[in-house]
Amino acid sequence: MEERRPILHMHDIHKQFPGVKALSGVQLRLFPGEVHALMGENGAGKSTLIKVLTGVYSIDRGHVEMEQRRILIQSPQDAQAAGVSTVYQEVNLCPNLSVAENIFIGREPRRMGRILWKQLNRAAARLLEDRMHLTIDVTLPLQSYPIAIQQLVAIARALNISAKVLILDEPTSSLDRGEVSQLFGIMRKLKNEGLAILFVTHFLDQVYEVSDRITILRGGEFVGEYAADALPRIELVSKMIGKELKELESLPRSAAASEEARGELLLEAKGLGRRGAVEPFDLAIRKGEIIGLAGLLGSGRTEAARLLFGADRSDRGVLRVGDNDSIHSPRQAIDEGVAFCSEDRKGEGIIDDLTIRENIVLALQASQGWFRTISRKRQSEIAEQYIQALNINPPNPDQLIKNLSGGNQQKVLLARWLLTDPKLLILDEPTRGIDIGAKAEIQKLVMSLSQKGVSVLFISSELEEVLRVSDRIAVMRDRSKVKEMAGEEMSEGRVMQAIAGGGEG
Amino acid sequence: MKHHLFWPIGVLTLLLLFNLLYDPSFFSIKVRDGNLYGSLIDILNFGAPLMLVSIGMTLVIATKGIDLSVGSIVAITGAMACLTISRGEDQNALGLVITAICVSLALAVALGLWNGLLVAGAGIQPIIATLILMVAGRGVAQLITGGQIITISSDKYKYIGAGGLFTLPFSIFLVAVVFAAAMLLTRKTAIGLFIESVGNKPVASRLSGIRSGAVTIAVYLFCGLCAGIAGLILSGNVSSADGNNAGLWYELDAILAVVIGGTSLNGGRFYLGGTVIGALIIQTLTTTIYLTGVPPEITLVVKAFVVLLVCLVQSESFRQSLVYRFKTRRYPAEKEVKHHA
Repeated sequence: MEERRPILHMHDIHKQFPGVKALSGVQLRLFPGEVHALMGENGAGKSTLIKVLTGVYSIDRGHVEMEQRRILIQSPQDAQAAGVSTVYQEVNLCPNLSVAENIFIGREPRRMGRILWKQLNRAAARLLEDRMHLTIDVTLPLQSYPIAIQQLVAIARALNISAKVLILDEPTSSLDRGEVSQLFGIMRKLKNEGLAILFVTHFLDQVYEVSDRITILRGGEFVGEYAADALPRIELVSKMIGKELKELESLPRSAAASEEARGELLLEAKGLGRRGAVEPFDLAIRKGEIIGLAGLLGSGRTEAARLLFGADRSDRGVLRVGDNDSIHSPRQAIDEGVAFCSEDRKGEGIIDDLTIRENIVLALQASQGWFRTISRKRQSEIAEQYIQALNINPPNPDQLIKNLSGGNQQKVLLARWLLTDPKLLILDEPTRGIDIGAKAEIQKLVMSLSQKGVSVLFISSELEEVLRVSDRIAVMRDRSKVKEMAGEEMSEGRVMQAIAGGGEG
Repeated sequence: MKHHLFWPIGVLTLLLLFNLLYDPSFFSIKVRDGNLYGSLIDILNFGAPLMLVSIGMTLVIATKGIDLSVGSIVAITGAMACLTISRGEDQNALGLVITAICVSLALAVALGLWNGLLVAGAGIQPIIATLILMVAGRGVAQLITGGQIITISSDKYKYIGAGGLFTLPFSIFLVAVVFAAAMLLTRKTAIGLFIESVGNKPVASRLSGIRSGAVTIAVYLFCGLCAGIAGLILSGNVSSADGNNAGLWYELDAILAVVIGGTSLNGGRFYLGGTVIGALIIQTLTTTIYLTGVPPEITLVVKAFVVLLVCLVQSESFRQSLVYRFKTRRYPAEKEVKHHA
C-alpha cells in the first residue's frame, strides 16, 4: 500500500432509527483522485450513510475526519463548508431557470445590488466548458436540456461551490448508454484532477467500468473495502447478499416440478420491451407454474412485470394472455385473470383512507362494474373470511388500512387479488419490509396457490426465497433478461453468477 | 373519535343560538296562503341552489378535483331555459316549460361532460380545465341572453324557484331528491367506493382495475347537472335570466361548503351530509348578517371573518395548538419550582 492519506475518513459510524439499526460500525475511506463505489442491496444503509455525510442525519456514535481533522457535520451547510457536495438521482435544481442561473443561484455576481448578467453567463459557460467539456447555451432554461446534461450542470454547480468530495447518488439510472459513458468520461477527468468521488449505483457493469475501489455495506454493517480489480463480480454479489460462494454451490435445488405437471401455456411474451425501461425479452408462463424473477434492484424486474400487467405500455413485441393478444391496460389484464401486487405498497397498492374490507373487495368490485354491487353484508363476509385465512391483524374489517403494519397491508393486498380468482398472480417484492412470520406465510400461500393451478410470477431481491418457491427462474441484469433456468440447474451460485454477469464463471 | 358531523352541526347550532339570543323572532314561522314563512324557511329556500351545487362539488372534490365552472353553468342553464320560454307563444304552456327544462339540463350535463373530458381525457389539471368554462361560460350566457336580462312571465316556470309544496318551498324537495339520489348512487352502488379510491390513490386504483377516467367524467357530469338544477331554481325564483350575475361566486361558496362539511380537498373520503350542513351554515350566515343590520359595505368582511373562525375551529392542528397553549399557561408555578430547585 502506498503512503496515501484519505481525504475523508468516517470512523465507526452508528445511527439508530426508532426500532431499526440503520448503521452500526460503518467506516468509509475516500482518497483524493479516486472513484469509490458504495455498494449494497436495498436497506444496506447506503443512503443513510450518504445522508450522514451530507448533514441530513446526525450520527449517534463515531466521527468523521476531513483531511485528518475531525469535523462535525450537522447540516447541509456544514457539509458544503467542509467541501462535500452531492448530486442526487433526481436533479435538484430549478428546471425553469436558465442553466447559468442554476449554477450561480444565490451567488450571483452583483454590483450595487444589480446582477451582472453578462458576467454571470460568461462565467457559467466557461465553467461548463473547462470542467465538463460542455458547450451549451447557458441562457436557456435547464429543462430544455436532457437529464444527462442537467446532471452535468448539477455537478458543475457542486464543484463550483466547493468540492473536495463529490457524491453521485445513482447518477446513471435515468441515462442511456451514450450519456453514461459521457458522464464516466467526466468522472475520470475529475478524478485525475484530484477529486474524490463517491459513486452509488445498482449497475454492476458500471461499477467495474469506472471505480477504483469498492466499499460494501450489508444490513447497516460494514462488510469490507476492496480494490475493484481484486474483487471478482461474483464475490461482490455474494458479499452484498451475504452468502459465501462455496456455501451456495453446496445448496442445489432439491425438488423441481416434473415436466408433465406443467399445464397449458397461459402467458407468452415475445420480444416484449419498452424503451428506457426494459430491453425486449421472451417469457412463457404455464398454468400452475411459479416463475421466479431474480436480479438486483434496477435490473428491470419491476419494469418487466408492469409490461405483463399492462400497467406500462410496451412499445415493441407481443404479449398474449389466454386468447387475448392486445393488453394495454391493467383493466384488460385483470379481465384475462392477471393480478399484480406492486412493490410500492404504499403508493400503488393500498388505498389509505379505506378500510380493510373496502381494500379487499376493490379489485373484484372494479371487475363487476358500477352497479353490480357487492352488498355490505357480503363484503363483510368476504373480509372476515380472508382476515381469518391470511391471519390479518387486527381482525377488524372496518379498521382503516393505513393503521396496519406492512406485513398485514401486504396480506390485505393479496386478499384483494385472490378474491378475483386470478390465473396469474404477479407478486413484486411481496415480502419486502415485513417480518419473518408474515414472510413465511406468504411463501406458503404462493406454493399452495400453484398447487391449485394458479401461476405465480414471484419477484424478490432475496435469492433464497426465489429459489425456495420457484419452479423456474428468469434472471434480469441491466434491464435485460439474461438467463432462464429450471430444475437441476437452479442453485444460488448459478443464479448469482447470472445476476453478476461479466466474464467470470 | 368524534362523528364527522360534530363540528359542522356544532357551528350551525352556534349560529342559530346567536340568532335566538339576538332576536327570537328569527325562529317564528307564520302560515300565509297555505305556505310557511319565516327566516328559517328563507334559509332553506335561498340555500337550495347552494346545497345542490355543493352536493355535486363534493363528489368532484372527492376525486381530488375541483369545479370552478358551476357558477357559469348556473348562469347558462338559467339563460337557456328563459330564452326557450320567452320564444314560446304561450309562456305558461306546460309542454314549453318542460322542453325548456330538458333543453337546459341537457346543456348543463353536456358542459359537465366537457369538464370531465378535459380532466380525464386531456389530462388537464382540474382547476385549469374548469377555469376555462368558468371564464368562457359567462360569455356563453351573455351570448344566449343577447347581453340583456331576459324576463319571462311563466307561473309554471316560476314554481321551480318560488313555488310551494306541502307548505314548504318546492326547491327544498328538489334538493332532497338530488341528495337522496346522490346518497343512493354513492352508498348503494360501487360508485362511491370508486370515487373515494380514485381520489385517494389514483395509481393504486388504476392498478386495481378501476376505470378512473369514467369515474372522473361521471362526477363532473353529475356536478354539471346539479349546477343546472340550481340554475333553474335561481332563474325561476326571479323569473329572469341574468347572464352576468346569476350564480356569481357560487363555485367559491360551494367549495367552502364542502370543506366545512368535512370533505378534504386532498380527495378521498367524502361526506354529502356534511356538505349540506356546510351549505346551510353559509346561507344562515348570510341571512344572519343581513338580519342583524350589518352595514352592507362591510358584510363581506364580516362573512369572511366568520368563515375564518369556522375554518380555524375545524382545523385540528389549530385546536391542538390552542389546547397546548392553554395547558402550558395553566401552571406558571411549575416553571418557578423547577427554577428554584
